[in-house]
Amino acid sequence: MTQSTINDHLDNPPGDPEHSTHHIVPVGTYLMVFAGLMVLLVMTLVAASFDLGEANLIIAVTIAVLKALLVILYFMHLRWSTKLTQVFAGAALVWLLILFVLTLADFFSRSWIHMPA
Amino acid sequence: MVSETQNTPDPNAASVPAPAVEAASLTAHAPDAPHGDGHESHGPLHHHFDDMEQQRESNTLGMWLFLGTEAMMFGGLFLAYSLYRWMYPWAFHEGSSHLNITLGTINTFVLLFSSLTMALAVRCAGIKDRKWLVRFLILTWILGAAFLIVKGFEWTADYHEGLVPGMNWFYYNEHPAALPRLAEHGISQQNVMMYFVVYFCMTGLHAAHMIVGLALVGWFTFLAAKGRFGGGNDQPVEILGLYWHLIDIIWIFLFPLLYLIAGFHPGGGGH
Repeated sequence: MTQSTINDHLDNPPGDPEHSTHHIVPVGTYLMVFAGLMVLLVMTLVAASFDLGEANLIIAVTIAVLKALLVILYFMHLRWSTKLTQVFAGAALVWLLILFVLTLADFFSRSWIHMPA
Repeated sequence: MVSETQNTPDPNAASVPAPAVEAASLTAHAPDAPHGDGHESHGPLHHHFDDMEQQRESNTLGMWLFLGTEAMMFGGLFLAYSLYRWMYPWAFHEGSSHLNITLGTINTFVLLFSSLTMALAVRCAGIKDRKWLVRFLILTWILGAAFLIVKGFEWTADYHEGLVPGMNWFYYNEHPAALPRLAEHGISQQNVMMYFVVYFCMTGLHAAHMIVGLALVGWFTFLAAKGRFGGGNDQPVEILGLYWHLIDIIWIFLFPLLYLIAGFHPGGGGH
């Protein structure tokens, strides 16, 4: 029964449809999310058709993050998941950040790589 | 995660009296152990969980943990991509200009669409609509297969253009027009090769996940047609959906990072 107690602390009473692991989402919501993904796909193509220098990469990655968020929050139901599940999902992001921030900081802050002109 | 002993369509099977659950947990530790102790069949709830809600939460957590390890695995490749692109931006520009943006866009659409059909399949499992669950799973499978077929055509074209890295790889021989461009930016053909190493590793690992996904979706279609996901046992479909959506998310990042570096100005312009 300890797990149930933990769930209660996580603001997740078993019958609560808003925070249940068994959430039925209206079809219209899925269609809206898909439409949003299509808009973002067109946006990323349009942005790539302009030569904006460094901004091209920033725009492309920003749009990709937005698309991923739509999929994670709605298609993968994380928006309606328990807080514990959300923490697990967020933990993956934290590990990725450690991998990227520490490694790239090391490479960016040293002049040990021969860089082409 | 698929119960082998689902004999009852009763969705309220979760509310087995607690003593029965405890007695069962003493006699049957393996989920598939035969039930010779005379108690009623337990439906989709496994013995080591208190109730369906806890079982669902545990399954979901386990899957997200696995997805986290998947993010780590792809993360290493994304890190390699970031480093080499930072070191040799022009080589990545040069390599990316050989990819077919049209096919990449079609595949992105196909995969996003398959995520929609998978989400709808999960929904149908939740509302116990077996007919449409099977249909959406089949549609998802077809879209996933279409993605792999298009990718296969792309890889074939890459091979014939001499873009697949290997020993004695001579980019200049196949693409002599690139020689002055590379000289102008002070990069070697080995730098360009790094782009294609990263490209084939990332799209290859992604495609391997697609193949696993297709096998699972095909298997689940078969199970769904047999009615295995009725009677409150719909969560396996939800777990499969999480895996499918993760593959989609990986591609969401691969498409702009690999295909759109050179924009629509192949071989020219640049940063």
